[in-house]
Amino acid sequence: MESPADKSVRFLSQVPAGQTVRLVRIAGGHGLTLRLAGMGLVPNVPLEVLRNDFRGQIIVQVKNTKIVLGRGMSEKLEVAPL
Amino acid sequence: MDASVKKGEWLVALAGNPNSGKTTVFNALTGTRQHTGNYPGVTVEKKEGVCRVDGRTLRIVDLPGVYSLSALSAEELVARRFLLQERPDVVVDVVDASNLERHLYLAVQLMEMKVPLVLAFNMSDVARQRGLEFDLEQLSGLLGAPIVPLVATKGEGIDELKKTIVRCAEQVLPVPAEIHYGQELEEAIAKIESVLDENLPLLRSYGRRWTALKLLEGDLEIQEQIRSPQVSDVLHQVRQHLTGVFRESPEVLIAERRYGFISGACQETVRRTVLKRRDFSDRLDAVLTHRYLGLPIFAVLMYIVFYLTFQIGAWPQSWLENGFGYLAQRVGRFWPEGVSEEIKSLLIDGVIAGVGGVVVFLPNILLLFLGIAFLEDSGYMARAAFIMDRLMHRIGLHGKSFIPMLIGFGCSVPAIMATRILEERRTRLATMLVIPLMSCGARITIYGLLIPAFFPPVLRGPMMWLIYLIGIVLAIVCVRLLRSTVLRGESVPFVMELPPYRLPTLRGLLLHMWDRGWMYLRKAGTVILVLSIVMWAVTRYPRPPKDILSAGEVPPQRLELEYSLAGRIGKWMEPAIQPLGFDWKIGTALIGAAMAKEVFVSQMSIVYSLGGEEDLEQLQKRIREDYSVLQGFCIMLFCLISTPCVATVAVTRRESGAWKWAIFQFAGLTGLAYMITLLVYQTGQVILMLM
Repeated sequence: MESPADKSVRFLSQVPAGQTVRLVRIAGGHGLTLRLAGMGLVPNVPLEVLRNDFRGQIIVQVKNTKIVLGRGMSEKLEVAPL
Repeated sequence: MDASVKKGEWLVALAGNPNSGKTTVFNALTGTRQHTGNYPGVTVEKKEGVCRVDGRTLRIVDLPGVYSLSALSAEELVARRFLLQERPDVVVDVVDASNLERHLYLAVQLMEMKVPLVLAFNMSDVARQRGLEFDLEQLSGLLGAPIVPLVATKGEGIDELKKTIVRCAEQVLPVPAEIHYGQELEEAIAKIESVLDENLPLLRSYGRRWTALKLLEGDLEIQEQIRSPQVSDVLHQVRQHLTGVFRESPEVLIAERRYGFISGACQETVRRTVLKRRDFSDRLDAVLTHRYLGLPIFAVLMYIVFYLTFQIGAWPQSWLENGFGYLAQRVGRFWPEGVSEEIKSLLIDGVIAGVGGVVVFLPNILLLFLGIAFLEDSGYMARAAFIMDRLMHRIGLHGKSFIPMLIGFGCSVPAIMATRILEERRTRLATMLVIPLMSCGARITIYGLLIPAFFPPVLRGPMMWLIYLIGIVLAIVCVRLLRSTVLRGESVPFVMELPPYRLPTLRGLLLHMWDRGWMYLRKAGTVILVLSIVMWAVTRYPRPPKDILSAGEVPPQRLELEYSLAGRIGKWMEPAIQPLGFDWKIGTALIGAAMAKEVFVSQMSIVYSLGGEEDLEQLQKRIREDYSVLQGFCIMLFCLISTPCVATVAVTRRESGAWKWAIFQFAGLTGLAYMITLLVYQTGQVILMLM
């Protein structure tokens, strides 16, 4: 399991559109974790970034569903290359 | 079993994710035999309906759409409590078959609750198009629940679903499969189970394993109900142990295992024959959520909705108007000799004129909600929230705040209730407080009266647009003000699903439209009827003495009104509202508008008709004679901003949980309306003088 110090780990907010990454960790509280789990965002799930303007919201594709995440939210999701 | 459920009558709960097509399934099962209420104690909408199959009655309850059954939102709590406490005979989980893995997450949680489960694989046509093939028999065996494939929009599979529900209710069901969480987690669950007190009443309805699982998941609601120091100790201990071993919190582990179970079941039973390519939704999104095109497209769509509401709405509106005019005429002509003239006036000038004045705007309301329903059912509404988020974020609101605000254009009451989609309290309060600035459907009645009275046809559309725009701009200013003063604080993280685009069904649109229209009519039939009669009375009584009436000069109708209670209050108010360009008649009608916005129009028609004519055009002619264009505009401006109606105040009180917010909203908006109208009228006067 990677630690955040690992170079290959970065935040979802930094991933440009078109890339597919793997969710590593949700750096959020209990409520956030459960809410995201309900929408299919659990560790090790692949995420395809569909849209990221590096400001404002970001759109990802998870398990065949498009999900909009706020900027603040995307800064809490640690991802790594597939 | 529920005591109210008779023999041969089964209680069926409909569960499912938002966007699973659950509402369509509900409509297909119940048709028009449905009604909307509220779950007790909370403000979550509860839809109930009845469906008959082979002499048996299915009482169907549509649970709120949720992604999971934790206790994160009011919706999730309501759904969970209903399942645990009402113990439905069958639970139907509506699943989007084209998106199985994610939708089965809820199904797995239902299985954990050991409810008698039927899986409705909706949108199986879309799944087929995407090249998905299911081995339903095997999958059904793995999940331990019967599966019925559906295309709810076309009614396909609905009969089979009904039969399956009955079969499950009347026969012993296969027990839902149990999910094995892996050795470490299972040990933790067993440990918690062992310290749960045998006599806890909660265990009887919730089940031992489920309660332990929820505790391990960190469920606050269950923790509060247990409150045992021994359980807390063990819980703390196992959570720490698990976090130490897996470097993940138990709730993440549990979620991962659930998805693992689903993925395992799907791997064996779902075959993909076509490779995924960019589909229609992707291509549409490239345009509709485009960085630069998105916003203009959104604005155009909104304009089309409002344009249609008024252009097409004008037709049935004139039919209704003629109908009510004819009715009043008939009643007047055939009024039996000797029966009190007072009752005749009450019926014609109070009841028929008042209710008629409201009902003629029903076409507008229906068309507006048809438009909103189309945006919602097609999946565009979520895109609208996305497009608006950048803007909404800048003013300190959430992209989702936009949805209740949009509904506010229909009616403030459901809009304020819709603020429930916002989790963060301050964002929610700020949204709630400014919603009345979104010009509601009832106010259309006021603009519908005044705009044609003062403006030529070419200017009517733009005028309407301008009024709505002023409301939106003011709302933005007010939110900024609120968010930097009384409601300061960070906005919460945002997460929202973008459902695939779908062509809405006519049936769905019509049912939605009818639901809203019926709500409006019921309001017209009750509150507004009573208010119309009150208004009729205060504009008629006390009657002036005969000798003053016969003195001449001033027309008697006007004299009567000036003499009445309403006239007196209006006159008493006149010095205060004169700087806004209003006279006592407007003041009188504004008193009515505070009770319900629609009353302004019926009030004006009573103020002017008195003799018994309630023709809209006639009324517009009289108003045009009495007021200038600037005054007309100022009346609309004041009505736009001021004093939310009593229903809005009441619902703000309920949703905010405190009178202080409702009063703050009422007083704040009225004060704002006064200041702005004053500024516009006085500036307008100066400009007109200089011209």
